Amino acid sequence: MTAGPSIVVEAVERRFGPRVALAGVSFTVEPGEIFGLLGPNGSGKTTLFRIVSTLIEATAGRVAVAGHDVATDAQAARRQLGVVFQSPALDVRLTARENLRHHGHLYGFHGKDLEERITASLGALGVAERAGDLVAKLSGGLQRRVEVAKALLPRPRVLVLDEPSSGLDPNARRELWDLLRSLRDTVGTTVVLTTHLMDEAARCDRVAILHHGRLVALGTPDELTRIVGGEVLWVSGADPENLAGGIATRFGVDARLVDGRVRVEHPGGHLLVPQIVEAFPGAIEAVTVSRPTLEDVFVHHTGERFE
Amino acid sequence: MWLAIYTLWLRDLVRFVRQRSRVVGAFATPIVFWALLGSGLGGSFSMGGAERAGGYLHFFFPGTLALIVLFTAIFSTISLIEDRQLGFLQGVLVAPVSRAAIVLGKMLGGTTLALVQAGVFLLLAPVAGITVSAAQLPALLLVLTLLAFALTGLGFVIAWWLDSTQGFHAIMNLLLVPMWVLSGAVFPASGAAPWLRPLMRVNPMTYGVSGLQEILIGQTSGPSFGTAITATLLFGLIMLGAGTVLASRRAQG
Repeated sequence: MTAGPSIVVEAVERRFGPRVALAGVSFTVEPGEIFGLLGPNGSGKTTLFRIVSTLIEATAGRVAVAGHDVATDAQAARRQLGVVFQSPALDVRLTARENLRHHGHLYGFHGKDLEERITASLGALGVAERAGDLVAKLSGGLQRRVEVAKALLPRPRVLVLDEPSSGLDPNARRELWDLLRSLRDTVGTTVVLTTHLMDEAARCDRVAILHHGRLVALGTPDELTRIVGGEVLWVSGADPENLAGGIATRFGVDARLVDGRVRVEHPGGHLLVPQIVEAFPGAIEAVTVSRPTLEDVFVHHTGERFE
Repeated sequence: MWLAIYTLWLRDLVRFVRQRSRVVGAFATPIVFWALLGSGLGGSFSMGGAERAGGYLHFFFPGTLALIVLFTAIFSTISLIEDRQLGFLQGVLVAPVSRAAIVLGKMLGGTTLALVQAGVFLLLAPVAGITVSAAQLPALLLVLTLLAFALTGLGFVIAWWLDSTQGFHAIMNLLLVPMWVLSGAVFPASGAAPWLRPLMRVNPMTYGVSGLQEILIGQTSGPSFGTAITATLLFGLIMLGAGTVLASRRAQG
């Protein structure tokens, strides 16, 4: 076991023809971390997931999993990886157990050891009693569990998941997160997941925010929201453009027009509310005050709404 | 490596058995084809200089056998497109398995299915006035295996490029069925228009069909048996190589 980073992403670029999906992204994931790749559709997070999971190659740059370069030493990297795709990579005409058995064979396991691993893996996901059912007969949530059980069967050091919560009900999501945390805490599994959900990203140990193929922020959820500072005000009115200008000159704050509303980051945001309302009588329809979320972090760095 | 090949091979077999419509379709289509086309053409068909007792149903039997192998190969590689769409293939591709093993597992799966179906059809041989002696069986098995292996490989290479099963059906009509027609399965090269003959000679399927004809009806207008075996083996190995190269590329997708 090397003590080096679980994943190294170094100046990674990926182009699809003229389209640039990743424009030079770098970060490192340490062992035993739950690391989130947060970004809206088209941010490049799934492309990055596919590069790390060895499905596609980077156009430039380097990715290493547990010290193994995914471009030059893919088989060694694959041996350290468990991959959970957004749509389950299961054969629906086979039973859950058969799916895991084939998967185990691909990783070189067989015989009694394999059967024990299958039982343990399905058990950990609470689907042991459905082992003999055809996957086609299982609900979407159960299929996702079988998929995760399959990825965990070789006991990978690094687990990568693409949008793991999509299609899961709140209960199943909570259980998935309990599992990911217990994997991290008991066996020290590194978890990397992509997500477009703020609350999911907020549960990660560290988050990388991607936007148009670039890394715009990286840190713990706390660090990231602290950068935004204090509180965030959203002011809406009939003429947001004038309003933004007015608020900026009058109060000397950074008031930006985002998605048809005025957005103000301010340490004492709530104290500003009555002043703003009084200063622009009749021009204001609503003001909301909130502690910054990762969504605010995204807006802070990109000037765009997260969607 | 062997475990991976075995497991992918086994999966293809299990899937096949669990899809009853596929079993029926793969058996019934060529038999219907053989009976209808063979009986219909029989009266108006005279083989160029190679007339022999038994008529067209007799002549057409090895060609139908080749068609069964072709159909099975096609249907077993169509599942590759489904596997890609449904995500199963991705799960295999991220496993630490050599790409050649992935291709080989698929090719051997298709080959086995083709052999089983060809075996069932061979039970009809007496109807066509064909008897297969025990001494002929090893040679017959060899030719069938090599042909099935090569055609499944061809199917793999085609299916790898395509993202829809509709696409495969178009290729089947434009390329695979004409290949079969021009393999000597339907009419012998000796009776074909002169401009068709070079096409028939470069058609890799010609060699497997010719081998089958040699064994089953004792006559062929194609190449010698040794050439047939060598060419079909080569065809299969080239497809295996091409499939491995394709499966090793990670640039696309």
